[in-house]
Amino acid sequence: MTATTNRQGPGPLVPPAKPSLLYRPEFRQAVYQILLVVGLVAGFWAIAHNVSENLARQNIASGFGFWNRTSGFDISQSLITYNNQSTYGQAFWAGLFNTLLVAALGVVFATLLGFIIGIGRLSSNWLIARLCGAYVETLRNLPLLLQLFFWYFAVLKNLPGPRQSIVLPAGATLNVRGLYIPAPVPEQGFNAVLIAFAMGIVASIGVYMWARRRQLATGERFPVLWTTLALILLLPGAVYIALGQPLGWEYPVLRGFNFQGGIPIQPELMALVVGLSTYTASFIAEIVRAGIAGVPRGQREAANALGLSSGLTMRLVVIPQALRIIIPPLTSQYLNLAKNSSLAVAIGYPDFVSVFTGTVLNQTGQAVEVILLTMLVFLTISLITSAFMNWFNKHIALVER
Amino acid sequence: MTSTTADLRPPRSEVGVVGWLRKNLFSSPMNAILTVIGIWIIWTVVNAVAHWAFANATWDGTSGKDCTWPGAGACWPFIKAKFSQFMYGRYPEPQRWRVDLTYVLAIIGLVPLMIPRIPGKLFNTIYMLVFFPIAAFLLLVGGYFGLPYVPTELWGGLLVTLVVASVGIAGAFPLGILLALGRRSRMPIVRWVSVGFIEIVRGVPLITVLFMASVMLPLFLPEGMTIDKLMRALIMVALFSAAYLAEVIRGGLQAIPRGQFEAADALGLTYAQKMGLIVLPQALKLVIPGIVNTFIGLFKDTSLVLIIGIFDLLGIVQLNQTDANWFSPSTGMTGYVFAGLVFWIFCFGMSRYSLFIERRLAESDKR
Repeated sequence: MTATTNRQGPGPLVPPAKPSLLYRPEFRQAVYQILLVVGLVAGFWAIAHNVSENLARQNIASGFGFWNRTSGFDISQSLITYNNQSTYGQAFWAGLFNTLLVAALGVVFATLLGFIIGIGRLSSNWLIARLCGAYVETLRNLPLLLQLFFWYFAVLKNLPGPRQSIVLPAGATLNVRGLYIPAPVPEQGFNAVLIAFAMGIVASIGVYMWARRRQLATGERFPVLWTTLALILLLPGAVYIALGQPLGWEYPVLRGFNFQGGIPIQPELMALVVGLSTYTASFIAEIVRAGIAGVPRGQREAANALGLSSGLTMRLVVIPQALRIIIPPLTSQYLNLAKNSSLAVAIGYPDFVSVFTGTVLNQTGQAVEVILLTMLVFLTISLITSAFMNWFNKHIALVER
Repeated sequence: MTSTTADLRPPRSEVGVVGWLRKNLFSSPMNAILTVIGIWIIWTVVNAVAHWAFANATWDGTSGKDCTWPGAGACWPFIKAKFSQFMYGRYPEPQRWRVDLTYVLAIIGLVPLMIPRIPGKLFNTIYMLVFFPIAAFLLLVGGYFGLPYVPTELWGGLLVTLVVASVGIAGAFPLGILLALGRRSRMPIVRWVSVGFIEIVRGVPLITVLFMASVMLPLFLPEGMTIDKLMRALIMVALFSAAYLAEVIRGGLQAIPRGQFEAADALGLTYAQKMGLIVLPQALKLVIPGIVNTFIGLFKDTSLVLIIGIFDLLGIVQLNQTDANWFSPSTGMTGYVFAGLVFWIFCFGMSRYSLFIERRLAESDKR
């Protein structure tokens, strides 16, 4: 303002006075940030001081010395060798692998179910669309913990005892102790089948790459799906029959009070996987529906006008574009599923939180270390999952011109 | 040509009930099969539910024994006997009118606030933000004006569910706004601190945060100072939902056109005036559906507090399963169905409300 008035007046040109330090944005920003840092450091220092005093008063050690001490407790299900003579460190890994198992199973089932229901909601069949809508509205409006309790206490714990087991097809049995499925027992020569399977996969990748190159060069399509299916299924199948079916099945049998043999699946694991995947599926269904509905009508109509069949329209036009919308929210659903698997603690499945943040914390009393490690583990899982899904997203994203 | 096409009625197979059925249920062999499967599913579910909840249900009784007979369905006397516990927990019986009065005060404030047509939103907001919290605190906790003090250990049931969810979201609001602004700030340290807090909290499950409330928070405090267990859970739930709320609000901030910020700057408004008078009112209005959805998530998640020994609706249902007097094979299912119905009514109602607001916003966008 001063500059303009001065220019109009008769006097000499005076540069505008520099604003006082107090009004300069850079100075203010620096002050705010310094205050924030000082506040945070002071806060952390006070907390650290209180923590160390409280721990000293309660005679609780600090540091990670407990890692190699004997834990002395059992874990009902473990993917690694673990018994009550193992260390706390091994308990950490046993719990972590159990969590990863639940998360992996949950992601697979939730995705399958979620896609089926999401596509079902867009079905031209009025009844199917309504049914899928009812599924979504029911499951996503109930707390997950309630659903887990329902599956575990009201359904699985109310099943009959081993003697009155429910017999399922293919030699599986279901009772209050869990689900018993037949275990495959490889016999001599089974390795050849596995080798044939691996060869089938390698050959399929080769066929896929060749067909792609050919289509880019000549425009001719090759039935990749059927060829690869034949390679992956028929090749090992042929070897399997040629070698005289070298795979036996060990069936669960009732001996005394319980079933022996086969692969036992704990009711806790079942309840957790069923609960997590049906719950997450209701969210995935909404994402899938929004994704497919988000592809402009014109795309479908253009594909029809080009004479593509409805299957090809879906596969080549609609789904690639829908995936672009679906992947980012799908990632966050996967992360939610991994985080929600920590509810295992409520139904007694030995997942990471239940084993480490529950039992180990109770036994050692080292809350700070245990909770920090827990958070670190979940942050790592989050980061790895989002990194993978970002890579996948970039891979499938259409290149826009 | 006496009759034009307009005069011909459409074929009977294309209109009316038959036409509708053909078009929507039996348009192709595949669809016909799906329809049959669908009818079968509906029949099975309705049949099972009707038998369990009505035909085979026990309606009268005084203990679990009355509900134990072969083929017994729901055990409704269990709900009847425990209903007031499910609603209030162990809140002393002669004092329960205080809880009811708090609900009434909340409804008086909330209903006109939620209906966009009713005027006086400013007065209404002040009532909800200032008067109601103070009144609710005095009423529920007591210890003043001759009201006996009710320790929070006695609270339970739906009361705790509602308290945790609403205090959680209300407490999260100011911090959520600050974090959202901080994440978009030009000051690097402020930005890093906000991003760090938001991402760390969103990366860990609520259970670990609640564990932290029960075992770590007491360690943080100087000797001799303790905080009530419910209070600890409330603080942690509020911090937790602040991170989620911050991301929702950030979405709203990003949707505000640049011109609004620049116009505020051009008018010479300070940062606080610019945000408080121009940007935030618009941004918050945009994200009401997102906030309601966060609240629904939080409302469902409050059931996790039972893991640290606070008995919300689900917790108190779960606790009463162990009552030896009411032991029966169907007690558990009955309790979960009851709790599920209550949760479902709240969540479904809120999600419909959020849809309604979303449509309204979309309509006002069209102009």
